[in-house]
Amino acid sequence: MPSVVDFSGVIALRGQYPVLAGLDLCIEQGEIVLLRGPNGAGKTSLLRACSGLLSIASGKASVLGYDLLASNQEVRKHIGFVAHQNHLYSDLWVRDQLRFRALAARAHDGDIRSICDRMEIPQRLLQLPTESLSAGQQRRVTIAAVALRRPRLWLLDEPHAGLDSEGRDLLDSLLQDAAKAGATIVFASHEINRAETIATRSISILGGQAVGGTNVS
Amino acid sequence: MFHDALLVARKDLIIERRAHVVLGQVSPLGLLILVVFGFAFDANVELLRLGSAGLFWVAVLFTGLLLVQRTFDVETEDGNLDALRLSGFLPQSIFLGKVIGLIVQLFLLEFALVIGLIVLFDVTVVDWLLFLAATVLGTFAFSVCGALFGALASGIRLRSTLLPLLLIPVLAPVLLAGTRAHEVALGLSSAPGWNWTGLLLVITAVYTSLGLVSFGPLLEDG
Repeated sequence: MPSVVDFSGVIALRGQYPVLAGLDLCIEQGEIVLLRGPNGAGKTSLLRACSGLLSIASGKASVLGYDLLASNQEVRKHIGFVAHQNHLYSDLWVRDQLRFRALAARAHDGDIRSICDRMEIPQRLLQLPTESLSAGQQRRVTIAAVALRRPRLWLLDEPHAGLDSEGRDLLDSLLQDAAKAGATIVFASHEINRAETIATRSISILGGQAVGGTNVS
Repeated sequence: MFHDALLVARKDLIIERRAHVVLGQVSPLGLLILVVFGFAFDANVELLRLGSAGLFWVAVLFTGLLLVQRTFDVETEDGNLDALRLSGFLPQSIFLGKVIGLIVQLFLLEFALVIGLIVLFDVTVVDWLLFLAATVLGTFAFSVCGALFGALASGIRLRSTLLPLLLIPVLAPVLLAGTRAHEVALGLSSAPGWNWTGLLLVITAVYTSLGLVSFGPLLEDG
């Protein structure tokens, strides 16, 4: 299978501090990879580097066949990134929010209805300002907005945070279906027990380096 | 590129429609500035009428700065700038979208201010074509400068206080040219007013070119 993420000796800096310190990593298409490690280990930086949001200072870095050192713009079209923050405009209604994301991804109203059904976002919520939603509801909208992009590579940073048990099940099911359809999932989580139920591989990150990996299932 | 620019502008204008910042806060502030000028000049109508063109552009400058600030604040809250960078839009599209959004909001603001000028300062427009041309070109120039420097300031922690410091010197020629052209349009001066609209056109062209080239790197640093 082709490598979706192929990092070799990757160094990325935040200011003068190396957040990725010679990281080697290879992830293949269709994998669901759990990144584990303590706070500050470099999990978020790795996800941001994969998305092209964090510039790579040196090493060899390829994502979905795009050389990130040459350009980090093209790859972004194929990335779905669920970050710590929800990336939602507080004054927009949920419907406006999803329509903007859908139009940006060349998706249609039918896709919005479909993903809202999938994430169990009720119709009445679509008419509400995003800021009036609970944290869990906002998280569902964020995941729906990312899913509308039909990403080839999902990058998720603590995606279960704020979701109730039902929401977590819905997210896990969505990710597993995406992987079955050929997408690749990389996510960081501290909720190891739940995360390991969907991950096919687990990679430990420490000090900006991948220090070990195990097949989970 | 223009399709995506319109999407960004549409999104900004929907945010404005939902939040009512221009109509509910910024336009009343602009009118309040005109009223305060009225008090400052001791309600001397003749003096206010003579200075009305400059007062209009000063009111546009200070209230427009709030709109520029707001346009980029919505992107920095909740990490939206990252989502915009990942959207697949070209930086040029985002720049033009921001410009279009600002232009529409400034037009709404200026409409309220023109009404205020006519009512409060008893001004009469003698050359509507020049007046509209100067207003439109001045708004374009303001918007392209605002979008460019708003993006520049968006990555800076103290941006709310820094943006006026960066932007006001850049907008000074816009203020000057707009004021001179409006003085002619209001019959307060007989200088060649269209020359000043030409300057506004040049400023718009220069900063649009700069924005199209540099918005990408500015967005990455944001």
